Amino acid sequence: MNKSVYASPDQVSETKRHILTVLVDNEPGVLARVIGMFSGRGYNIDSLNVAEVSNDENISRITIVTHGTSEVVSQIEKQLLRIVPVHSVTNLDQEDSSVEAEVALVYIYISDTNKKKVYQLCDLYRARKIENENNTTIFEIAGASERVNRFIKEINEITKVEIVRSGPVAISSINKNEEE
Amino acid sequence: MNNEITGAEIVLKSLAEQGVEVVFGYPGGAVLPIYDTLFKQNSIKHVLVRQEGGAIHAAEGYARSTGKTGVVLVTSGPGATNVVTGLTDAMMDSVPIVCITGQVPQHLIGSDAFQECDTTGITRPCTKHNYLVKDVNKLSSVFHEAFTIAQNGRPGPVLIDIPKDIQFASGTYEEKNKIIIPSHRLFEPSPDFEKNKIEEAVELISKAKKPIFYIGGGCINSGPKASILVREFINMVGSPVTMTLMGLGVVGSSDKNSLGMLGMHGMYEANMAMHECDVMINIGARFDDRVTGRLDAFSPNSKKIHIDIDESNINKTINVDVPIIGDVKQVVEKMISIWKDKKYKIDTDSLNLWWDKINKWKEIDCLSYNNEGKQIKPQYAVQRLYELTKNTKTFVTTEVGQHQMWAAQFYKFEEPNRWLTSGGLGTMGYGFPAAIGAQVGHPDALVVDIAGDASILMNIQEMSTAVQYRLPVKIFILNNEYMGMVRQWQELLHGGRYSESYTDSLPDFVKLAESYKAVGLRAKTTDELDDVITEMIETKNTVIADIWVTKEENCFPMIQSGSAHNEMMLSKDQKQDKKSAEKGKILV
Repeated sequence: MNKSVYASPDQVSETKRHILTVLVDNEPGVLARVIGMFSGRGYNIDSLNVAEVSNDENISRITIVTHGTSEVVSQIEKQLLRIVPVHSVTNLDQEDSSVEAEVALVYIYISDTNKKKVYQLCDLYRARKIENENNTTIFEIAGASERVNRFIKEINEITKVEIVRSGPVAISSINKNEEE
Repeated sequence: MNNEITGAEIVLKSLAEQGVEVVFGYPGGAVLPIYDTLFKQNSIKHVLVRQEGGAIHAAEGYARSTGKTGVVLVTSGPGATNVVTGLTDAMMDSVPIVCITGQVPQHLIGSDAFQECDTTGITRPCTKHNYLVKDVNKLSSVFHEAFTIAQNGRPGPVLIDIPKDIQFASGTYEEKNKIIIPSHRLFEPSPDFEKNKIEEAVELISKAKKPIFYIGGGCINSGPKASILVREFINMVGSPVTMTLMGLGVVGSSDKNSLGMLGMHGMYEANMAMHECDVMINIGARFDDRVTGRLDAFSPNSKKIHIDIDESNINKTINVDVPIIGDVKQVVEKMISIWKDKKYKIDTDSLNLWWDKINKWKEIDCLSYNNEGKQIKPQYAVQRLYELTKNTKTFVTTEVGQHQMWAAQFYKFEEPNRWLTSGGLGTMGYGFPAAIGAQVGHPDALVVDIAGDASILMNIQEMSTAVQYRLPVKIFILNNEYMGMVRQWQELLHGGRYSESYTDSLPDFVKLAESYKAVGLRAKTTDELDDVITEMIETKNTVIADIWVTKEENCFPMIQSGSAHNEMMLSKDQKQDKKSAEKGKILV
């Protein structure tokens, strides 16, 4: 269902987070086509991730996190499939099993008073210190978004930080060997 | 290499191989090499318009009246931005168009060069697909793919942006049959597609007590055979059928099953039947808001079958019970064979009761209007136009507004592809250039643009085009000196405050026609009308017929925005209840 004022009020399904993975031809403008469809039709993008996954075939994988009712998300999937260079759209939340992860780089402001606490917390979350020329404390943490969220919340309580996050990527974890 | 030709030559060669006969365009700096090549050949005709917006509507009119792909050639910058309205129009109404735009040479792209704009960026949301060609050796494959994409599945506009250096560069030409388009870029249903769904749909129809077919423009896009099959199937079922604005002509107006158009200004009986049916068979329509009215009250008790080639139309605004993704012709062909194989037949008694009910609604005579006095009623003008042209092969185009709805209500279409109107986008200024395109495609046919006095001025410059190419297009203006539909809404919803909807200082349309060396005619009273129409038809020249009609006539019946199918207004005395009128006011 779209959200026009003509929309019927009897929407029953709840708004949920969905991860869509979109395989596209790696040609100029393809990302603009995908995100333009979202903004043009009033859908949400919570995070977006693009990278080429296969050199030979020139195919990129776009991972989009969005939220909406199942009607809205199904419409998003169909609108994506209308885009000429789109190969396939998979809603990973509809498959029972998928694995997702994201990466965050965290610049931590460290002092003698908080140093111990910071390192303990990073140890606990298996955040890895990244060596760099300036010898600043930058940690890398990877994993499910909730885990990254928790880490960021806790480290924020200790000290000031700067954060960059990749947004999640996800892949289906169904055993493909069995299918063959 | 010997077999290398220039990019501009590749463009012309690709068009020729695609069977293009005519290009609508306007030259400029960034397409000069293509125009130079055009000059040196004779196989493709070029129609020079007077503004690029006219070129693309002409290509639309050509495409929709012939079933071929319309081709447009314009320059960079303003040439490209002027076609944006037409591209959007073609996107909304699914018209196959290939639009070629020039671009500044590659080394200037991004430098804010003279007549540079980000054409592919601007047109991305209003084309089915677009290309910026950066390699002359890919030019022919881009063209062949573009034509395929424009026609494949749900048709639409495709744009090819060609930098000027590519037009000069040398490269090799590849023939159409050597191009392989990967299947994910096209709509290609498997031979066994949707078999179970089609069987389920046919069974559902066979059990219906109050069926109705709801026919849209997709039936016309599927080709003339589709209309024949749709008529055949409806006859087998014996069901009433209603058509959208875009679907008029799929089933003939005189067909015993036809209830005419549905929707906001559709027939009372068609809308009531949609509201009360138990099985709705939507073929090639998309539950547009002009058709459905208020969604939560749309056909509340029916099972809905929806045949559409574009999956995104399924459950977009209305949830359906049996969706079928496919081409109308193929799907309906299968439906007919299943119906015959299983010897299905609708229960005659309930069907008769259904028709009795519909015939009662027909007695309301929803199109009736007061035709007293000497002044010409706009409805009467269209009726007379129909009566005097019905035995001629006639194409009717329209602009947008009241005259468009009166044309849809009072002109009776018996065949597909004869009615060209801007439905989805509602583009004022569409009808006249579209008529030029239709006349180019059908030089011997009668082509009439039913226009309003406001709309016609939006592309009036194309008079010059029509006269240059000796195109005997007829412009039939229902002149009430108002933007009639705007005025009607202001009367019904805004307390009769006619804010900016009266057109002062209209041109003298007769003199205007004469200034272009065309013929101008005028009818001021009912007794002049038939003579003017007859003279218009018989004149072998471009004609403007300025028909002075009553100024404050409203277009009825009407479902006001925010109302449902069974809440139709038949006249302005029948006011909508205040609450839903207020709610509807915010809608368009």
